[in-house]
Amino acid sequence: MSSTPASTLPGPAGEGDGRPGPIHAVPVRRPAVWVSVVITTIVVLMVADVLVTNKNIHWPFVFQAMIQSPVIRGLLLGTLLGTVGSMALGVVLGITLGVMRLSDNWVLRWVSWVYVWFFRAIPRYVLLSTMGVLGYLWPKGLEVGVPFLHQVAGWFGGELDPYITTVNANHLFVGLLGGILGLGLSEGAYMAEIARAGILSVDQGQHEAAHALGMSKSTTMRRIVLPQAMRVIVPPTGNEAVGMLKDTSLLVALPVTAEMFYQLSAIGNREFEPFAISVAAILWYLILGSVFMAVQAWLERRYGRGFGSRTATEWGAAARVLGRLNAGAR
Amino acid sequence: MSTPSLVHAVNVHKSFGRNEVLKGIDLDVSSGEVVCLLGPSGSGKTTFLRCINQLEKIDGGRIWVDGELAGYVEKNGRLYTLPDKAIAAQRREIGMVFQRFNLFPHKTALENVTEAPTKVKGQSRAEATKRAHELLERVGLAERADHYPAQLSGGQQQRVAIARALAMDPKLMLFDEPTSALDPELVGEVLRVMRELADAGMTMIVVTHEVAFARDVADRVVFMDGGVVVEEGPAAQVIRNPEHERTRAFLSRIRSQEEQHEVPGA
Ligand SMILES: Nc1ncnc2c1ncn2[C@@H]1O[C@H](COP(=O)(O)OP(=O)(O)O)[C@@H](O)[C@H]1O
Ligand SMILES: [Mg+2]
Repeated sequence: MSSTPASTLPGPAGEGDGRPGPIHAVPVRRPAVWVSVVITTIVVLMVADVLVTNKNIHWPFVFQAMIQSPVIRGLLLGTLLGTVGSMALGVVLGITLGVMRLSDNWVLRWVSWVYVWFFRAIPRYVLLSTMGVLGYLWPKGLEVGVPFLHQVAGWFGGELDPYITTVNANHLFVGLLGGILGLGLSEGAYMAEIARAGILSVDQGQHEAAHALGMSKSTTMRRIVLPQAMRVIVPPTGNEAVGMLKDTSLLVALPVTAEMFYQLSAIGNREFEPFAISVAAILWYLILGSVFMAVQAWLERRYGRGFGSRTATEWGAAARVLGRLNAGAR
Repeated sequence: MSTPSLVHAVNVHKSFGRNEVLKGIDLDVSSGEVVCLLGPSGSGKTTFLRCINQLEKIDGGRIWVDGELAGYVEKNGRLYTLPDKAIAAQRREIGMVFQRFNLFPHKTALENVTEAPTKVKGQSRAEATKRAHELLERVGLAERADHYPAQLSGGQQQRVAIARALAMDPKLMLFDEPTSALDPELVGEVLRVMRELADAGMTMIVVTHEVAFARDVADRVVFMDGGVVVEEGPAAQVIRNPEHERTRAFLSRIRSQEEQHEVPGA
């Protein structure tokens, strides 16, 4: 390629030979940045003004309420343990159902489909209230045994005790255990769809390479496919976890009272401080949500190994945006 | 036959729906032999390789590998389908190298090589790691052991894939166009490893468009077209003096493509 003659090139010359040098260009002016800075500042100041000067919020009361021992206990039990427990159950159930949905066995596929169909249709509030009254079905305790054996034995004039063991239904379905069970069963339906999408995102060639090495289907799934599917499964699971954190406030339907928002409301009603109590709850949810996001970021890095860290690129993108803002504001 | 064949395929038929892709393939490969499968795209070469290690189920005919009927047992004149576990066991004896490498992207080169020996054969981690280092050394990637596939070039990935297959000590290696997805300058390094493997006495069936490799390395060349074997014989003979018109047309088409490739680099 021939180089362009120096005389036709406007601008400062580079090295002595007259070829173009480093670029020191004036950046494009960005008036929109300035406009948005002004508008954002005004809105932030307005909100801050309300928060600081409005005498009806009673900040000392907000912070005191946040750390009352029934509130902390509710936070640890209903809110946190409830979220972690039901998400754990939901993830295990969901991955199992997702694998079942893609199985060669049509019975398993069908069971998985029906499960998702059933639990996705039921609102969590309704599911939890139903669980609260499920004990009425088994006032003498929930008997675990051979289905219909009692009736069949009756037809032949016999008496057979079909029950292997009896569980106290009022222990199983109420309280925090019942809440975790209800929320976890519901979550399993959503996680099943997420897991299925994750498994399908893994290239067919991965299954084939594993099979060609003599791996069984289950080893292939466990060692090769699921770890790669996790990369796709983790981000929406983080969303589900934050959603679950908020849905623990529905535990009152069961009812479970060892739960943060219920306890805060109780204080609010007693002390006639409804707004301060809402602020206290929002602050707690913001704090917990931030912790969840940090855990999610860590998990994404962990399962992003070998794929280039997406989180890193997102930070990079954020840094570039900030850099551009600075450049524009200069 | 004086020596029993390692691969003995008789009248292999395979259809996808109405599309009959293999129309009665016969092939014998004896131990230590290198056979190249040539043929135009769509002639059924990949499908035939996949049938040998049962990634595809055949509709008719029989394939024996090392004397064992693939996928079935025959008792009292009836065929019984083997369970998945037994099929997995048969596949362990056969290494396969894919056109698109198919390395496990979440594992390093070393972990790719140790995965099957530890999880399938129950080798100890230490033993498998030692062997994997030897194999990576053999394919010239000793210093790349801790790299993830995404950090390797195509040629390096394919060499890791060869090491991964060799780690299971297969009796037979299948290669499906191992260099077709590579940039031209990376083809040589993979072919070199394959040639060394052939010289070491590995039994290999290689689908390839690299006519020079087939001529120099293969003992025998099989030319397929339209789901049948059109012509086969000693490599030099089939490539220099093809008997069949279709073989001749195919070879001259390949050669003219290669020349076109060579022009810009020259
Ligand atoms: N999984 C499949 N489903 C349907 N058709 C297929 C499948 N795999 C291959 N075929 C068809 O079989 C024919 C032979 O393909 P292939 O064995 O890949 O040929 P080659 O490797 O010689 O190019 C092609 O017509 C292809 O479309
Ligand atoms: Mg092919």
